[in-house]
Amino acid sequence: MAIKVIKVGEDILGANEETARTNKQKLDKDRVFTINIMSSPGAGKTSVILSTINKLKDRIKMAVIEGDVASSVDAEKVEALGIPVIQINTAGGCHLDANMVESALNGLPLEETDLLFIENVGNLICPNAFSLGEDRRIMISSMPEGDDKPQKYPAMFADTDVILLNKTDLQPYLDFNFDVFKKTVTNLNSDVTIFLISCKTGEGMEAWFSWLEGEVGKKKDQAA
Amino acid sequence: MHEYSITESILTLALEKAREADAAKITQINLVVGELSGVVAECVEFYFNFISKDTMAAGADLSFVTKPTSVRCHKCDKIFTPKDGDWSCPECHEIGIDIVTGRECYMESIEVE
Repeated sequence: MAIKVIKVGEDILGANEETARTNKQKLDKDRVFTINIMSSPGAGKTSVILSTINKLKDRIKMAVIEGDVASSVDAEKVEALGIPVIQINTAGGCHLDANMVESALNGLPLEETDLLFIENVGNLICPNAFSLGEDRRIMISSMPEGDDKPQKYPAMFADTDVILLNKTDLQPYLDFNFDVFKKTVTNLNSDVTIFLISCKTGEGMEAWFSWLEGEVGKKKDQAA
Repeated sequence: MHEYSITESILTLALEKAREADAAKITQINLVVGELSGVVAECVEFYFNFISKDTMAAGADLSFVTKPTSVRCHKCDKIFTPKDGDWSCPECHEIGIDIVTGRECYMESIEVE
């Protein structure tokens, strides 16, 4: 039988992009400002989410989607604060995809939500390749990881809108060079906003809170 | 696991295109993968052999064309490939680039009988 070549020319992750667009439309309809939080394991994603909830919960209605390989320890911490939360276990999967988020969205009170945190699986290799339907991507990098991380994982740092550089309280004990870090990051991504924070001491967190509150307000003011 | 979900997407897309063309068998799948896409060809092949078993894509060859990373300098527009993790422009030494190639992850074509 003759071999026939069929031209395809389609993105392999096209189906994911499609679902991400549907998620985005759903979130836009209820004007939910949505952030996709990515970092390596232990950089402080859950700590940042918990501090932000504690600070803003009287003013902003929030919800959380927690992505983890296994367990629900993070979701339990969020639930203890009285915030709606859905836990996704990826059962070994190294990133969240738009399908997982689509199912999670069905379980959240979106009409009564102004700000949705999606905590991605801790990983610096691939979560950036999977859009979820978010408005902004937030990366958390922490000083103990070293100033060379943007050099080693360029795609992650190139694809983010904001970087929270966490654990600044440890700087006296580390060789972390902020100028080197900043130069590599801005080289890859000249539009990125960097906030230096310490979740532990609270230093620098105000600037992050007010940026976030501003973005939530902007989305609220958008015509539905 | 990253490659597993990519492999599933590859298989789904290839089967869809083959069915549309009324093909009986897929013999080859031609893929273009950028260096920055994080896709490891050997892993995809490994998973593909498993998950394509009972489909018309069973036994198909996967061909990977790797696209190297290239970036454009914001200041002088020079297009270059970063060397040893140095992303600054070799021409004007300015920092600030746009990624031109290296993120690709698409199916160019399939070969069917």
